Formats: sequence, C-alpha cells, structure tokens
Amino acid sequence: MSAEAEPVAPAGTALAERTARGKRVHVMIFLGLAAILLVAPGLLYPFFLMKLLCFALFASAFNLLLGYGGLLSFGHAAYFGMASYVSAHAAKVWGFSPELAILTGVLTAAGLGLVFGALAIRRQGIYFAMVTLAFAQMIYFFALQAPFTGGEDGIQAVPRGYMFGVLDLSNTMTLYYVVATIFLLGMLLIYRIVHSPFGQVLKAIRDNEARAVSLGYRTDHYKLAVFVLSATLSGLAGATKAIVVQLASLTDVYWGMSGEVVLMTLLGGMGTIFGPMVGAAIIITMQNYLASLGAWVTVVQGVVFVIAVLMFREGIVGVLAKWLRRSL
Amino acid sequence: MKVAKLILAAAAAALMAGSALAQDKIDVKLGVLNDRSGTYADLSGEGSVVAARMAVEDFKAADKGINVEVISADHQNKPDIGSSIARQWYDQDGVDVILDVPTSSVALAVSEITREKNKIFINSGAGASDLTGKACSPNTVHWTYDTWALANGTGGAMVKAGGDTWFFLTADYAFGHALERDTSAVVEKAGGKVLGSVRHPFPGQDFSSFLLQAQSSGAKVIGLANAGADTTNAIKQAAEFGIVQGGQKLAGLLTFVTDVKALGLSTAQGLVLTEAFYWDQNDGTREFSKRFGERHGGAMPTMVQAGVYASVLHYLKAVEATRSKDAGTVMAKMKETPSDDPLFGKGEIRADGRHIHDMYLFEVKTPEESTGDWDLYKTVATIPAAEAFRPLADGGCSLVQ
Amino acid sequence: MAEIFGIPAAALYGQLLLGFINGAFYATLSLGLAVIFGLLNIINFTHGAQYMMGAFVGWMLLTYLGIGYWPALVLAPLIVGAVGIVIERTMISRLYKLDHLYGLLLTFGLALIIEGLFRNAYGVSGLAYAIPPQLAGGINLGFMFLPLYRGWVVVASLIVCLATWFMIEKTRLGAYLRAATENPTLVQAFGINVPLLVTLTYGFGVALAGFAGVLAAPIYAVNPMMGSNLIIVVFAVVVIGGMGSILGAIVTGFALGLVEGLTKVFYPEAAATVIFIIMAIVLLVKPAGLFGREV
Repeated sequence: MSAEAEPVAPAGTALAERTARGKRVHVMIFLGLAAILLVAPGLLYPFFLMKLLCFALFASAFNLLLGYGGLLSFGHAAYFGMASYVSAHAAKVWGFSPELAILTGVLTAAGLGLVFGALAIRRQGIYFAMVTLAFAQMIYFFALQAPFTGGEDGIQAVPRGYMFGVLDLSNTMTLYYVVATIFLLGMLLIYRIVHSPFGQVLKAIRDNEARAVSLGYRTDHYKLAVFVLSATLSGLAGATKAIVVQLASLTDVYWGMSGEVVLMTLLGGMGTIFGPMVGAAIIITMQNYLASLGAWVTVVQGVVFVIAVLMFREGIVGVLAKWLRRSL
Repeated sequence: MKVAKLILAAAAAALMAGSALAQDKIDVKLGVLNDRSGTYADLSGEGSVVAARMAVEDFKAADKGINVEVISADHQNKPDIGSSIARQWYDQDGVDVILDVPTSSVALAVSEITREKNKIFINSGAGASDLTGKACSPNTVHWTYDTWALANGTGGAMVKAGGDTWFFLTADYAFGHALERDTSAVVEKAGGKVLGSVRHPFPGQDFSSFLLQAQSSGAKVIGLANAGADTTNAIKQAAEFGIVQGGQKLAGLLTFVTDVKALGLSTAQGLVLTEAFYWDQNDGTREFSKRFGERHGGAMPTMVQAGVYASVLHYLKAVEATRSKDAGTVMAKMKETPSDDPLFGKGEIRADGRHIHDMYLFEVKTPEESTGDWDLYKTVATIPAAEAFRPLADGGCSLVQ
Repeated sequence: MAEIFGIPAAALYGQLLLGFINGAFYATLSLGLAVIFGLLNIINFTHGAQYMMGAFVGWMLLTYLGIGYWPALVLAPLIVGAVGIVIERTMISRLYKLDHLYGLLLTFGLALIIEGLFRNAYGVSGLAYAIPPQLAGGINLGFMFLPLYRGWVVVASLIVCLATWFMIEKTRLGAYLRAATENPTLVQAFGINVPLLVTLTYGFGVALAGFAGVLAAPIYAVNPMMGSNLIIVVFAVVVIGGMGSILGAIVTGFALGLVEGLTKVFYPEAAATVIFIIMAIVLLVKPAGLFGREV
C-alpha cells in the first residue's frame, strides 16, 4: 500500500537544504509535542490523556509496518493484548516492579512478532492480512482459555507500584509523566527507524519489492525486522496501558482492536510520522464522547472508515503534508 | 378535645415542615453503567435506567429533600471503557453511586475503582461471585444474583426433583469452568452424579456434536454451563435433535428471561433455570411490571432491572435515614437495615456485600400452557434466602472474620 | 461394538456427518469469497455481515410479509445480492485502480456499519426462525438421529456449489468470466461489458453469502453478530485452500468441516483453533495454499 510519493526533490545542494529544513520542522514538532504533553494534564482529564497516549503509540507502531513497510496486518491486537496480559500478570502475580513488568510484556510481544512474522511474510497483500488476522484469532482463543488470563474477567487490580523503586505510580501526575515519557521515547525511536538507512530500504521495498530484490536486498529480512519492531512497540503500548488502567482483558486481543488501530492509522495518515497519533486522538475522543450512543459508535466508526477509504486516503496529516509540501 | 387535637396536629405539621426546611437538600447522582448495545443490552440496558428512575419517583425522593439525578452510559462490555467511565464519573461528574454493570470483567474493575474513590457500587447485572468473595469490597453491594446462587438453585433443586445424573456442556473459559465446578459440587452434595462433560469453544455456533455426546451419555439432565448466544444456540439445536422429547432435561445455568423470550416457547419449553425475580409472581411484581412495561415498550422487567429498582429504593432509604451521602455512613445503614420491597420481598445485605433474598427455580412453559406473550415460566421450587447464596464463611472475603 | 481410537464407530460416523454439515457452510461461504476474489481481487470482509443479512432478510420476509422459508430461500439471496450490487456500484468500483488492500478496508468499514445498524434495530438476543414444517423431525440412521433439516443443508449447499462450479468452468458465461480475470482489457475489446460482469459477479458472490444465511437461520439464532466470528474462520479456510480454483474452495470447505468435527470428538479444547493451526502448517509447507497457484 503505497503512500503519497515524497515531493520531487531538486538535485544537489537544494535537496540537502530541503532535507535539513524538513528535519528542523520535525524537531520543532517534537518539541511542541513535548510542550503540549507537559501542560496537557492541566487542561484535560489525565486518565483520558494516558489512554490516548497508549493508543497513539500503538497506532504509530502499527504505522511503522503499514505506512513504511507496506504490510497491512489485521492482527496487531495480538501483540498489544498479549503484552498487556503478560505485564499485568508479571506485576500482579510475580510482583515485578512496573519497569520490569512492562519489559516482560514487550519481550513477549517481540517473541510473538518473530514467530508470526516469519510465517506471515511468506504471503503478500491480502493473504498477509488474512494470515495475521488468523494468528491474532489464535491468540484470542489462547487468552480466552489459558488460566492465567482470567478468561472473561481479565486480570484485574494490577498494582502500579514504584517505577525504578522511587517513582510512586499511584500518584496520577507521576504516572502521567512516566507514560508521556514512554510515549515520547517510543515516538523518537520510530522516527529514528524511519529516517535510518534501514528505513530507506524499507520504503524502497514498499514501493517496489522486485526492484529492491534486484538491487540485492534480502527483502524478507527487512520485512521480518520491521514486523518484529512494530510488534515490539505495539507491545510497549499494550504493557503500558495495562499498568495505567490496571487491567488486561479480552478487548485488547479481540479482532475489533486490530480493526481500530487500522482505522486510527488510516484516518491520521499512513506513512506519516505524526498521522497515527492524530488518528488515535480522534478515535479515542470519539469513543469517549459517543459512549452513550451504544451501537451507533460502531456505525459511526464504520462510516469514518468508508469515508476515509473513499475520499480521504492520505489521511488528515497526509493531506496537511501535501498542502505544506513537506513530509510530516 | 377536638380543638386540642387539631392544634397538636398543626403544631406537629409546623414542626415537621420546620425540620424539613432546616435540613439541607441532598443532591445525589446515580450512574447506571451497563451494556446498551451488546449481548446484555436487552436484559439490562435502557430498562435498568427506566427502573432506576421509577425507584426515584416511587420513593418520592424530591418530597423528602433528596434531589436525585440519574445518568447512564454504555460500557460496551469492555472493562477499559467501563473503568474509564467510572473513573471519570467519580472524579469529574460527581457521581455518588454506580448501578447495574453487567459483564463480570467490567463489574470487577468498577468495584476496584469504587473502593479507591470511596463511593458506592451496587451491582445487579454481573454474575461474578468473586465480587463478594475474593474481590469483595466495603463499597460494593451485589444485589440480584451470582453464579454460585444459580448453580446452587438449579443443581440442588433439580436433583431433589429426580434429575440425579448430569452431563455438562461447558463454555471453554474461566466462567464456564466455574459454573461447571460449582454446579457439580452442588449436584454431588445433593446425592446426584456427574456422568461427564464436554468443553465447547467460545463463542460457539454449532453445538450438535457436543449435544450428541451429551445425548449418548444417558444423563437425565444436561447442564448448560454457558451464556448468551451460546446458550440459546445450544437450546435451539437440542430441540432440533429431539433431546428434550427424548426424555432428557436441559438446565440453563445462566439463562435469562430475555433468552427464553428470544427462543420462543416451542423451542425452550421444558428448560429449567434459576432466577431471582419473575414479573408474574405476586401482585407487587405484577403492578410494578405493568408500569415498567408501559414505559419500556411493553417489555417485562428482567431480574437485573428489578434488582436496579429495588437497590435504588434501599439506597435512598439509607440516605433519608442518615441525611448523608457519605459512602461509609450510607453503606453501614444499608447493611444494618433489612431490605423490604415489592419485588424481592424481605432481604438483607451481608457483611461481604451480598444481598440475600429468595431465589426461584422455574420451568419454561409449553406453548399450550402459555396464555400470553410474556407468560413464560412456572415456578418449580423456591429456594429460601438462607440457603440460596454461598455461605458467608466460604467466599474468602476479607471483610468477614 | 466396533471402536476407532476408543470412540464407538457409530458415534464417530455421527460426528463425521455433523462435521460435513458444518463444512457445507464453510464451502458455500468460501466459494462466495473465491468467486468475488477471482474477478475483483477483493477480499470481501462484508461477507460475514451479508451472511447475517441473508438470515435477517429471511426472518423479515416471514415476520413482516408472511413469506415462508421456501420462497425466502430464493428471495433473500436476491435481495442481499441486490444490496451488494448497490454497494459495488457506488463504492467498491471506485477502488479498482488502487491497491487491493483498500477494498479490504472498505468492506471492513461496511461490515461495521451493517452490523451496527442491525444491532440498533434488533438488539443482540437473537430472533427465532422455525424449521420449515416439511423438514421438521428427523430420521434414525442407525448410528445417529439426523434432523431432516441438516440433511437438507448438505444437499442444498452441494447443489449450489456444484452448479456454481459448473457455471464458471463449463459454460460460455463462465469462460468470459475466467477470461476477464486474466485480461479484462482484451475481453472488453471483444465487446463484452466487463464492468457489468464484475458487478454481477460481486452480486452473485454476495447472494451466495445470503443463501448460506437463510440456510443457517433455522439452525442458529438469527443474530447480528452471527457472521463476524464465522468470517474469520472462513478466511482461514480460503488461505488453506488457496484462491486458485473454485473447486478448491468447495473441497477445502467440506474437508475442514470434517477435520473440525473430528477435533470436537478427540480433543474438543482445540476445536476453535484447529483450522488456524492447519493454516499455519499449510503456510509453512505450501504457501500458495493447497489448490492455489504460485503468484
């Protein structure tokens, strides 16, 4: 699924200048983001913000695979949800400190991503989507039946504990800034990956796999690597969420969640750094304020999906980027 | 004499009016948090909101200086959505009590948050017996039913009625396993025998394979340790394979009146199940249900909706008596005062938060026996309150010493 | 009594037959998906919702218009197919020039809308739909009691599947279709209206889903969510079979029904996952699927 091609760059120094200017803009956006995160809890309900940040990170991780790797996974809930379960279990039953619990969850997601990714990248396009969906469904059934997940009850009352032994996470503000930091670090990592030589090769594979193969790249390795990275970061989002909302449940591994993250990415703009978080913010806000409408939430989400596919394929940030003639 | 009486009455009236004036008005906000769009929407949903409003009106709260506001939201059966609404209600919207909350996972999450924020949670919709067991909380009341009570009602009463050999059809996840385990224990204690069980995937579509296994076991009773669409599908397919006609009885371990209504009598006839309330029990329930039906599209109330009504009444009584809405004060009053309402009769809230009252074993009527759209059940047995719920000591609740 | 792996042979035959009946649904649904995929190159995520619509339209015809099961078996697929045609003309047709994944996303969104609307209108408790009186009751096969209706399900879906196969593989219309799959421009040049062919194909695939829905209505509760979980299993069936051949979709559907039936006897805990496990194995051994062509 190819995103908008980058604006045609003039040759030589102009290109370098343009890239440098683009970088400056990105740095400014990141600084602005940090500033917003700093003051936001004064304006908005912190728990809402934390949930939003977790989903924004999830969507950005997903976008790494879809927007830059060109691979549409329809089963990313598996990594998000499984990490959430494992870190909740680690914190509650094994008594791990929050940072270790999150790490355990993240490693689980990475391992799952490695196994499923290795199988899934054997197929392409639509098959790839269906295969990832089927794997996620297996994880769903596993979570439903395995004793440690608590079945339909989920893992409840997960303790927050002390981060690194000093930061008391039962304090809402401390928790918020920890989550904001995790989010920001995750975003910076994604930015680094996208703008590294590895990211360049990925984009080349996305745009034309045959060409990349003929240039001598072992595309399968790249695809697997980005799959694992994406699963790992999704796991980071899921594990953090488990500590924030103090529970892990079947919702997080259900295929509806996989669909939601696709919607967030599509709406915000796939293949843009900042799009998925915008998409996540819109969808989460919508869910929050439309909660009283019941089944209409599903209908509204479906309508947004259809509209986004039919006339808004670049997404919000994608359109903005085109208008500013800059990659965002 | 007459004059003296009159003066006395006037003085008394003045005094009362004075005291009422002297009291501050109490503003109470009730939040009905349930499923308004998913599996449990019909048995809780808007009907529970209607029931809560009717309780406020019937109590004449406004005349008693209590200003009640009822709000509602849809938790979509997702614990993280439910818990973020609960948190927001307590933190920002000034909600004092959260009501209903079907779906065990959401109920357990809301119970934790309610304890953390020191408010009151009165559950009617969820079945998790852990709410008043391992996960019990001084801020939580579990009003209507729980899985233990259903297992106990159906298991015990069926054995007494001669259904002494059982085979279970169990949804393969924690909830199904718990139902099977609890019911097996009751059946064996009552002198019955469990011949076997089979675990089916959840959610399941086709139960024919499992029903055949149940049929060939020769058990007198097939216990359906599942819920919702699984149960209705299993019952439907059992009718197709002629299982009930073959002499075996089906026992729904978590089946609601809405499920029976959806199945229709010709399919569901002969099914045995336990509920805490049925609209056509006595004049009190019929009068309430008639008014409820007028406000809710002709539907009769479910036990969950009835539980919301009764628990709001009991809560408001405690607020009136204490003139307070402090969680600790009101909870203490609710627990020390026996409850009495037209729907559940007399009952009480135990130390662990469990509300106890009579439970009933019903059998679904045949189409010939039924005289109306909602004429669905006949009563097989009444399980007295003292025996209907898990003994206080067995739950492992930390509030019970 | 004869036993096979500790299970009485008679019980095993019964379970195999039941598996075959489930396979009939898998086959009909995966056939519809394969037909649509063949020409449109779109994975129709709305398929589950359209299956559900078939059941609901059958129920509505009976409840609102008093039209019984047999006419509904023809009418409901036509109605659902017509809705499908409207969807194809107004929305899907605008995506043909784009990556196929957009088709998947669009149909996913549509599935959300359709299911949400039905949930709003009819709740989720499910609605009852009686077995037609001609097929009530059952026959004793000696090893099991077979409800007549289940027997009918197998017969009906076999007829429909084979007729579809015959139409596509053996008739002139089918030849056009196959040709248009290979090279739409050339077929267009021969004076055949390819867009019309595409629209009708989509309508036909959707009608197959609607047909399966009506077949299912008397067995399963008519419920807005009845298609959403089934469709994921059917996707796995399609991956296992590969999209290469119509016959492949049919055979895989029935075969996986049998496998699932056997799992329910020998190890019921895995009944929900066995198809996904088979899918993983097939991917390892034969990535294009059992009947698929390498692309």
